[in-house]
Order: sequence, then C-alpha cells, then structure tokens
Amino acid sequence: MATTEVQFEDHIAHHGADDHDHDHEHHDNFITKYIFSTDHKMIGKQYLITGIFWAILGGALSLIFRLQLGFPEMQLEWLRPILGKWITETGSIDPEFYLALVTMHGTIMVFFVLTAGLSGTFSNYLIPLQIGARDMASGFINMLSYWFFFLSSVIMLSSLFIETGPAMGGWTVYPPLSALEVAIPGSGLGMTLWLVAMSFFIISTLLGGINYITTVINLRTRGMSFSKLPLTIWAFFLTAVIGLLAFPVLFSGALLLIFDRSFGTSFYLSDIYIAGEALPNVGGSPILYQHLFWFLGHPEVYIVLLPALGITSEIIATNSRKPIFGYRAMIGSLLGITILSFVVWAHHMFVSGLNPFLGSIFMFLTLIIAVPSAVKVFNYLATLWRGNIIFTPAMLFSIGLVSVFISGGITGIFLGNSAIDIQLHDTYFVVAHFHLVMGSASFFGLMAGVYHWFPKMFGRMMSNRLGYVHFWLTFIGVYLVFFPLHYIGIAGFPRRYYSFTNFDAFSGFTDLNMFVTVSAFITFGAQFLFLFNFFYSMYKGRIAPLNPWRSNTLEWTTPLNPGHGNWPGVIPTVYRWPYDYSKPGSEEDFIPQTVPYALTPESNLPHEDELVDREKEQDAIVVDDNQS
Amino acid sequence: MSTTAAVINKPQRSIWAGGQSPLKASYGKLMMWFFLVSDAFTFSALLVSYGMIRFSHAAYTGSAEAFNFSQEWWPIPEKVFEAVPFLHGVPAPLVFVGIMTFILILSSVTMVLAVEAGHRMDRRAVEKWMIWTIIGGALFLGCQAWEWSHFIHGTEAGGQWIDGTTIFGANLVQNQYGPPLFASLFFFITGFHGTHVLSGVILNMMVFYNTAVGTYERRGHYEMVEKVGLYWHFVDLVWVFVFTFFYLV
Repeated sequence: MATTEVQFEDHIAHHGADDHDHDHEHHDNFITKYIFSTDHKMIGKQYLITGIFWAILGGALSLIFRLQLGFPEMQLEWLRPILGKWITETGSIDPEFYLALVTMHGTIMVFFVLTAGLSGTFSNYLIPLQIGARDMASGFINMLSYWFFFLSSVIMLSSLFIETGPAMGGWTVYPPLSALEVAIPGSGLGMTLWLVAMSFFIISTLLGGINYITTVINLRTRGMSFSKLPLTIWAFFLTAVIGLLAFPVLFSGALLLIFDRSFGTSFYLSDIYIAGEALPNVGGSPILYQHLFWFLGHPEVYIVLLPALGITSEIIATNSRKPIFGYRAMIGSLLGITILSFVVWAHHMFVSGLNPFLGSIFMFLTLIIAVPSAVKVFNYLATLWRGNIIFTPAMLFSIGLVSVFISGGITGIFLGNSAIDIQLHDTYFVVAHFHLVMGSASFFGLMAGVYHWFPKMFGRMMSNRLGYVHFWLTFIGVYLVFFPLHYIGIAGFPRRYYSFTNFDAFSGFTDLNMFVTVSAFITFGAQFLFLFNFFYSMYKGRIAPLNPWRSNTLEWTTPLNPGHGNWPGVIPTVYRWPYDYSKPGSEEDFIPQTVPYALTPESNLPHEDELVDREKEQDAIVVDDNQS
Repeated sequence: MSTTAAVINKPQRSIWAGGQSPLKASYGKLMMWFFLVSDAFTFSALLVSYGMIRFSHAAYTGSAEAFNFSQEWWPIPEKVFEAVPFLHGVPAPLVFVGIMTFILILSSVTMVLAVEAGHRMDRRAVEKWMIWTIIGGALFLGCQAWEWSHFIHGTEAGGQWIDGTTIFGANLVQNQYGPPLFASLFFFITGFHGTHVLSGVILNMMVFYNTAVGTYERRGHYEMVEKVGLYWHFVDLVWVFVFTFFYLV
C-alpha cells in the first residue's frame, strides 16, 4: 500500500503543474471569454447559438414556400415589407424566389444547422468532457474552426439580401443550371457567394475534424480505452472521419464549378444551346459534378445522423437505467455505416443515365446499410425493454428519434431499389423520406442533446413541463407534416415545383397540402416554446444538481460551472465502461466510470474481480481506510 | 507488497488504454497527417475527374510520327511537352519536366536531411538543408512558370481551332494542342499543385526563419521541421501522380 500512495502523490504532483496554469486563466475579459474563446465549452455554445439562429431562419424559409404550396391563391402582400420585390404584383411569391427558398432551406438545414449546429456543438462540448481532457488538442485551431464557420455564415446570409437573389439551383447546385448566369438569376452573384461560403465552411469542418480526431486519439484520460468510450464519442469520432474524407471531394468539385462559372472552362459543360445559339463549351460532363457532389453528399447524410445516434445511445441507456444493449454491436454498426457511406453515392444518380448494372451494384451496397441501421434500432429497443424508464424531455426526444428513424428508414429501402427509384426519383416521396430519416431524426438528436446537457452547459435546469409540450407538439407535428408527403410523392408530384394547381392531375392534393402547411406552422410555432425554455432557463432556471440524470460519464464529475480546464484538480482516472446502470448487487443504480472495481466488490462480476489487482498496479488507487 | 513481486506481476497495459499518446506522436503531427489524408482526397477527386474527362475524349490512333495537334483527339503528351529553354526547335520530349521532377525529389531529400539534423539538434545543419529545400521548391516553381508560359504561347505552327482559324498556345478556353479541356485540366491541376508548392515554400521559409533566430533551439526540439517535412513530402508525392497522369499516360 505504501508504494501505491507514493505513486498517487506523484500523480498529483505531476498534474499540479498543469493545474497551476489553469487556475490563472480565469481572468478572461469579455472578448477572450465569449468571443475569441479557445475553451471548447464556449466554442460548443457558440456553435449551438449560431445553429439555433440558422434553424429559425431555415425553418422560416420553409414556411414561406409551404404557404405557396398549401395556399397558392393566398394574398401575400403582407410579406412585402420583408421580401420586397420577391412578392409579385399579384401578391404571390415570385417563382424564381420560390426556387431560392427551397435551395437556401436545404443548404441551411443540411450544412449550417445539422452539420455545424449538431456536430459542431456536441463534438466540441462533449469530447474533452467525456474523455477526460482539459481541452481540445488545439484550442486555437478549434477557435479558427468556429470563426471560419462564422465567416461562412455571414457570406451565406448576405447572399439572401442581394438583388439577383441567393442561389436557386437546389441545395445540390447541379450544373449547368448553377454554372450559367443566363439560366436563372440566382446563378449570378448569389451562386458565387454560395460557393465562397461553402469553401469556408469546408475549411471550418476540416479544422474542426482534425481536432476532434486528434483529441480522441491522444487525450483520453488514464483508463479510457476505446472500449470504454461512451458511444457519443465513438459517433463524433467517426463523424469527423467521414467529414475529413468526404468534404475535400466537394471542395474539388466546387473549385471546378467556380472555374466553369468564372473563367470559361467547360469541366461540366457541353453541347448547350441557349435561344438557339450554341455555347462554346465542349467536352465536359455534368454527370462528373454529380459524382463529385454525391461522394460528399451521401456521407454528409451520415455526418448529420451519426452524432444524433450517438447522443441517443447515451441518453437511452441513462434514462432506461440499463446498460446499452450490444455496446460492441453499436460500435460495429457505426463503423459499418461509416465505411458503407462511401460506397453508395450513385444511388442518387439512378436516373442520370447510369449503367443499369452499376445501378444494381449500388443498389446492393445501399440496401446493406439497412443492416447496421437495423442493428442500432434493435439495440435501442432492447435497451428500453424492461428498463426503469425515466421520461425526461431528452429521453422523449431520443425515443422520438428511434421512431422517425424507423419510419423514415423503411422508405429508404424502397428508394434504394434502382427500379422503384425510376418512379419515385425527385418526387415528394424522397422529400418525405429524408426529412424523416435524416432531418427529423437528427433534429430530435440535437434537441435530446440540448435537453440532456443543458444543466452541464449552463448550470441550470430547463423546465420539464415545457419540454414535454414541446416534444409532443414536435413529434406529432413532424409526422403530420411529412407523412402525407409520401402519398403526394407516390402520386408522382415532383419536388421543387412552384405550383401544384397548374396541373389537373395534382389538383386533388390541394387539401392535403393545406393540411401539411398548417401542420408545418404549428410545428414551427412549437419551437418557440423551446426557445423560451432555453433562454429563460439559462438565467432563471433552477440551479442544477451536479449529476441531474445520475449518469456515469465523466462530464458529471466536473464542478457545476467548469472553468477552462474542466477539472479543478487531477483529471479523473477511468476504471469501467460508461454503462454500469442497475448492476446487480450495487446499492445505487449507477456506478460512474471513475469508481474503481476495488470499491465495488458487491457488484463485480468474476472477470472484473480480476481487474482489481490491475487497478492497483497501474493507477495506484488509494482506498480510503477511514471510511471503511 | 514487495517491490520485486510487483515488477514480476506487473500487468500488461495497452498503449491504447488512455493517459498517453498511443501513436507516440504529438497532436500537431497527428493533425498534419489527418490534413494530408484529407488533401489526398482533394487531389484524388481532381485526378479522377481528369481520368473521366480524358476517357470521354477520343484517343489518337495513328502512328506516332504522323501525329498532329487536332481538336478531334486527346494529344500525346510527349508531343506537347517537348521544349527545353535555350534549345529552341530541338524536340526533347519530357526532358524539361523530368528535370523539374528531379529537382522536386532532390528537395525532398534535403528536407529529410533537415529533419535528421533537427533530431541531432544541429541548428547550422538544419539551416543549411532548409535553405536547399527552399531553393529546390523555388526552382521547381520557376520551371513551372516557364513550362506554363511556353504552353500558353504555343508553338510556331500553332493549331487549328474548331472554326478553322489557326490559334497559338492554350488558355482556359482555347487550346492549340487538342480539346480545350486538356489545357483547362492542365492549368487547374498543375496550378493547384503549384499553389501547394508555393505554400510549402512559404512554410519552409517561416521554419527557416524560426530556426535561424533560435526559436526551436530554445524550445528544445525541431518538431516543426518534421511537420513541414511531412507536408513537403506529400506535395512531392502528389507531383509524382500528377506527372504520371499528365505526362506519361
């Protein structure tokens, strides 16, 4: 025992030097604390607030085009103070502006809300806290990452206000539509700003991603092996890997597009006639752009989804008071999804003239993704099964995620079939599918994360009651909005069309569209409950206990409002996996990761008893003799 | 508990079990590696695009002697890149680009020597080899500038444009040597690589400056040299692929 105590003191002495520095970092002024902060927690919050701003804007854009779809005859003169000349003389939305609305809604939601707002917030906030690190590997690069994102946001936002309007070619910005200014007004300055903003966004993602990966590899605390990592961290880690490999390809594709647009090259252009006149461009191929885009675009779906799945794993296990079912299968399925996400991109291109044989290969690979996805769903349900479920708002949103993930995922199996896709491609069926499986699921993950980690972020509790109302309105609302779209899609109505009522075949869906629009307004309105709850609780909420959800992970061992450096003393050592909930024999129904097996002989399994000796050897645990 | 027993029974502890850097590399070096992986994908995307466009154009099928520049087929690179400064009118296929490549590879060698000198904490040697690396990089850029300018100005005979007029040289829109995309891709990809070389040279200069003023000596290690070294070797490796795609295939 003597040896171990000496080692323990060494340990303290060793860390003492670090702590000394950190104690002196509390003299931050306003600018270094709230604006140019290098603290991962503040950067995470910056991402969250920016993400919330974008979510409101992106949602509001969708309401405007939903008005057009649900109530095509409606007088929209009252929007003129905001939209100006985009409201036509007759008081309806300008058809070209309608295209700008869907384009910007997609861009904002996919990249600025569900990539930066979700992965940026929680990777930054949780990685150091859950692996036991003082900060990210490089706080400075982390700060740069946020500010590149901010710059990108400013440019993208400013494109909404220019005279020719923002990009209008859809969020995928396919050339030649996006390459030729004569094609549509939005392909002028708006498209240029879109491309510039996205370039900065890619740089931001890259800087963030290399930081997340390096931090997870290098800065795990003693004992935190990869097989003891919370599933949140596994998800963020793999998300960063996907981003690191996928975004550069979009970067190349965007650069080539910039050259086509501005310098007269024809990488994507060939045989184009405008008003009977041939353009000089020959030899290029728009299909090339589609390949480059979807090589990012498909993995991007998982960049958006994986963090939400990780957050859900953590929350469902905690609030079911049960170990996550199939921890290793969860990691395996995350890995499987990561790898498969890179080999399925051409299922977005089944109708682009792709060789049908190639189509069947991509169909096969696409359908395989159903396997790891189903493993995850099964494991969530098996974790819930006979658990002592505590319905916190975070838990409700997590269960909601599982629900929309199933309903949206099943339609993915339809769409993945290259033959069925001929009928369904670019219809509202696709819109319904990805809004459920990717949009809503990730949004629910984001909400679950905010409700769950709010007490850690701001030291106060959010109101549960408002949270329940918010959840049920959102959950029901999301189904009411997106479920009817399946029918409209199967009936063949294409997405991105300005008007339903111009075609007799689709007039029958006017009432359904009205219903969807009304539901969308209610769902959007419900989000203001959340906003109120969020900002009110930040200042006036009940002071949070240190571990409000009785959770095992490391972030709950920090002080209520952790300073820069997270732990005032030694960084805790980790002895066990994060899912020891309701372990037989244990008095409490949770055993935090920092509790050594030596202290829990009553609940140890035989192989864990063997680990007790090892704990002494390597980490010099001091069992407090006075207490026993 | 006796000390001997503790040593004998000391359990195995995985290097991945936390509390240390499992890859025995600092965070900066890891970040550089991951950046390079990412950048490799950027270049791969460009080279794959090159391949796709190259194979959607017709290849020249006649004999090599009878080859002439035409919009009908992708040119044979040896016929395009056969000029060497001061040897006007002497066809020397791929000689000049071979020299360029050799210079760049040599500068990688001098970079290795700089890194090695850094491990020995030999400041003078690091300075010397960094200078050579910078010179190598700058020479490569100079050669590329000449190659570009020759390519832009074209041959004396010129070539036929689609409408039958004779044009000289190439730019992003027109190309005397063949389809316009041959020139566009050449400018874009070698230019993108050249930008990487340029930023590499600037980074090398910054590292040289820090070496010269003794920053790394005070810091106690020359890891920065290693990090820019990784970048430099990567840029060199990418050139090998660019060279293969544009000049050899």
